Amino acid sequence: MKSGIVGYGVYIPRFRIRAEEIARVWGKNPEAIKNGLGIREKSVPDVDEDSVTIAVEAARNAIKFAGIDPSKIGVVFIGSESPPYAVKPSATIIAEAIGATPDLMAADFEFACKAGTQAMLAVLGLVESGMVEYGLAIGSDTSQGRPGDALEYTAAAGGAAYIIGKEGVIAEIIDYYSFATDTPDFWRREGKEYPRHGARFTGEPAYFKHIISATRRLLEKTGIGLEDVDYFVFHQPNAKFPLRAAKKLGIPKEKVLPGLLNPVIGNTYSGATPLGLAAVLDIAEPGNLIVATSFGSGAGSDSMLIKVTDEIERKRGNTPKVVDYINRKKYLTYGEYVKHRKKLKFD
Amino acid sequence: MAEGSVPAVWRRYPQRYRLVGSKCETCGEFFFPPRIICPNCRRKGKVVEYQFSGRGVVESYTVVHTPPADMEDQAPYVLAIVRLEEGPMLTAQIVDVDPREVKIGMPVRMVFRRISEDGEDGLINYGYKFAPL
Ligand SMILES: [Zn+2]
Repeated sequence: MKSGIVGYGVYIPRFRIRAEEIARVWGKNPEAIKNGLGIREKSVPDVDEDSVTIAVEAARNAIKFAGIDPSKIGVVFIGSESPPYAVKPSATIIAEAIGATPDLMAADFEFACKAGTQAMLAVLGLVESGMVEYGLAIGSDTSQGRPGDALEYTAAAGGAAYIIGKEGVIAEIIDYYSFATDTPDFWRREGKEYPRHGARFTGEPAYFKHIISATRRLLEKTGIGLEDVDYFVFHQPNAKFPLRAAKKLGIPKEKVLPGLLNPVIGNTYSGATPLGLAAVLDIAEPGNLIVATSFGSGAGSDSMLIKVTDEIERKRGNTPKVVDYINRKKYLTYGEYVKHRKKLKFD
Repeated sequence: MAEGSVPAVWRRYPQRYRLVGSKCETCGEFFFPPRIICPNCRRKGKVVEYQFSGRGVVESYTVVHTPPADMEDQAPYVLAIVRLEEGPMLTAQIVDVDPREVKIGMPVRMVFRRISEDGEDGLINYGYKFAPL
């Protein structure tokens, strides 16, 4: 049996803010924002939530789904661009919280929004080589945009966790393709609170070039045709880019929409592709083929070809689905949102 | 919430992060926080580590409007006495619910949250809180 996903779990905070509420505060036309970015609302973490607490909740769901003893997890890798500490790993806090310490490897991955899929591939390599029996890979973020910046409408919070192993695989990771170049589309300097982006530079040479190259090369490498794939999940900084990428590749949007969560939760950065993949796994049937392609600014894409097995039907049902978290929500006013995101500085 | 020294906080990670307590295999009583000696059985007791399920019910609660300085940004919040399904009671915050929706007898489950932070450059203290089932 090929190695792959043994269990997965997700977490999305309960709070939301509507795009029109943000637009109202900044005197922007809400319809123009909604049409431009394709976003209706985004998730907002509670005041006591961060990328680590989100990761722990997702990881606990993944362990429950997998039905494994957490002490058998030989590696915990988390991908995030919003770790609570500048120096001190998030992975050890998570490993302790799920009861996987002390006999394991643990590290934090950073690569803008593709750190989560990068963590998945690194864990897959350790499983395939036989270095570990089970590994845990997580993508989790609570990202922020500067108040008034376009990113403020989309920067959201959420995460997904994957247990990868060789026994009890619910979805085989058949193959992958990674593609990376030095592209300065988005950055944040050490000690600065908010990122900067190269405005119009973010589209063609960054997102589309990497997503399309990685996806095409994966299909060429595996000899799988676009028409053989049941679902495509693309990184989703807004709701428009993934659909445009699909169009460029010649993929009908019906194969992309099930994994497109951006309109209702926003851009969860490192969590985005792993969460989109989880939403597809929630509804997939044995035998389905899924291609999931992340994108991280700076820039790179990981594309994975995944085949759902019969095992998924035996294991699913004990943990909350993506749609359960999407439907569990409470709206904030902009004032409440500011308190949640600690954007007001009093000093 | 006074957190004490860094080593004192660190020693309690298993209980604070994931509700590790103890159980007396002689009389079947559960302990949280964990005990080393069973008060019922004394020397005849056999006390072992126990991972609580994290499920319980709200026994009583209060809404905190004036919290300690290290938890100021969380106010108002609900502080409750939760009875774990195995028996022991503990004090914890209830999250993911509006204060006026909390009810005595409400089933809850453990969640992992930030409890407090020791200033802007200090340690972040994580641990259990409870949320509606
Ligand atoms: Zn006893």
